[in-house]
Amino acid sequence: MPESRHLGESDSLAARVWRSIFRGPVLPRSDRERKWIVFNTLLLHLRPVRVPASTLRYTHTFGLGGMSLTLALLLMGTGALLMFAYEPSPAGAHASIAGLEADVSFGRLVRSVHHWSANLIVVVIALHMLRVFLTGAFRGLRQFNWIVGLALLACVLTSNFTGYLLPWDQRSYWAVTIVTGMLEYVPALGGWLQRAVRGGAEIGTPTLIVFYALHTTLVPVALVGLMALHFWRVRKAGGVVRPDPPSGSAAAHTEHVLFLPHLLVREVAVALALVACVLVAAMLFPAALGEPANPGMSPNPAKAPWYFMGFQELLLHFDPVFAVLVMPLAGLAGLLMLPYLRCGAAPQGRWFLSARGRRTALAAALLGLVATPVWIALDERAAHAGPWLSGVPKVLSTGVLPFAILLGALAGFAAILKRRHGAATAEAIQAVFVLLAVAFAILTLTGVWFRGEGMALTWPWGL
Amino acid sequence: MRANATQTTDAPIPARRRFLAALWLGLGGVALLELIWVAASFVRPRRRRAAPDALRALVVAGPVARFAPGSVTAFREGRFYLVRLDDGGFLALHRQCTHLGCTVPWIAEEQRFACPCHGSAFDVRGDVLNPPAPRALDLFPVRIENGVVKVDTSAPVRRASFDPAQVART
Repeated sequence: MPESRHLGESDSLAARVWRSIFRGPVLPRSDRERKWIVFNTLLLHLRPVRVPASTLRYTHTFGLGGMSLTLALLLMGTGALLMFAYEPSPAGAHASIAGLEADVSFGRLVRSVHHWSANLIVVVIALHMLRVFLTGAFRGLRQFNWIVGLALLACVLTSNFTGYLLPWDQRSYWAVTIVTGMLEYVPALGGWLQRAVRGGAEIGTPTLIVFYALHTTLVPVALVGLMALHFWRVRKAGGVVRPDPPSGSAAAHTEHVLFLPHLLVREVAVALALVACVLVAAMLFPAALGEPANPGMSPNPAKAPWYFMGFQELLLHFDPVFAVLVMPLAGLAGLLMLPYLRCGAAPQGRWFLSARGRRTALAAALLGLVATPVWIALDERAAHAGPWLSGVPKVLSTGVLPFAILLGALAGFAAILKRRHGAATAEAIQAVFVLLAVAFAILTLTGVWFRGEGMALTWPWGL
Repeated sequence: MRANATQTTDAPIPARRRFLAALWLGLGGVALLELIWVAASFVRPRRRRAAPDALRALVVAGPVARFAPGSVTAFREGRFYLVRLDDGGFLALHRQCTHLGCTVPWIAEEQRFACPCHGSAFDVRGDVLNPPAPRALDLFPVRIENGVVKVDTSAPVRRASFDPAQVART
């Protein structure tokens, strides 16, 4: 052990206290000391001592996983502070936040940092999920970690949604009303589910208490546990997915570098840059606080939080049972099955799998980029023209039929890629994933920016 | 950036690297202090807004004649007792026991304030009759304007014991 000396009884008190806390060097001056520190420090021993040099490149992962962790820590820190000021009752909630912004030192800053971190983390984890998918880092040893990641996604969305209600202003009250309203469309279980989430028939004190408990305690605890599992599984899979060496040099020597300082410095740099950006955003664009919630007056339009707007947009086009239950469940089933699909030898670590994979993914992205807005516009026009297939029940004409057509189109797209363009199965799956991701993103953007009064399509500058 | 591989290097670290590392460490320390300062400022009790409090704090007790000499009148909203001494002077006693803060009732039969929590007792002027109270009951400033008694309950006045100067007279 470098620099360790016996705790001699004749040493000074300061030296003995120091030695009892820091059993070795604090500031390393050699590689041997660096390795000792990584191995013997609580937080650092969770990391590997050495990492492959090829995984250091920023554009390999864009540091998105680390960014998610940074944002989660920011959220927990600012959230803990906010708990000192927030009053979780319908009567006191809005006033407590107004008071926080007016009377508490740094109150508005802490709240705005919390607000920005919350919105940013949804974007970052979506990008992280996309990166993990496109580098094939969900196969082999990493299959279950993809599932854990999906559980983390669910926790983050739950946390965002429960937090959305807490200010108890017009926007939050009605957003939660309509999203929990969507639950009623679930067949058979809908009513029970809605009452369970709302803590009653209406949104009121029980709802706020349930959401507050979830937001401040239950979800954070779940997040910490799941994150620990998630990072552990990454470590057990050998770290971040390694860009595959070109075949032929199978016995190629993978160069390793020490975690401390090379990877740690990069991670800290990304984290600090991110925190700086969040602080600047929080100072320039403080979080808003609308009028106190008024159950007697619904705003026009009433929109879900932006990360659920994709589903609200779907509601405008499909039968409610399909938009709220069938299609989200189908999407979830697809995501859960993804790591377990049989698609032959798919190289891990290479973005887009291959040159052909890159081309097909680009084609799929362009297709989604064009087809989705066109379809939205056409469907809007058709809706004005009157109900189609008027003799047929709505669940069939705007539910089963369009959904079946959609699935058929996706299958056909994948088949064309495989037969006409010789794409491998993994590349075809990748193309479909990219297409659906782009389509959902367009639906979300449309719902947020292009829906105005009466949920009519309007240009964003009219909003 | 090709970095050291698996071989350990024990070469001396260049001075500029040590300087920059020390700079980072220093800045990191400053950042940590700033963070602690922000958190501490945040959780501090809020600054009281002066005007509304001052208005709420002034309790109009009533005309002088309403209070007989030798009487003790409890005012629940103001949290004080208005004592009119035998010689006609007024004292407003904070009802909070000076030991650990319990509310002290006036026991008319015994002509004393007796705290139920730990046995402290005070006489009609607030002086300590029985420990463990360390000092006399706090006072609130009394003003008599146009024959009306007014008590300012914004800030209690500490005292060791009774002093004739503390009595408000018409």
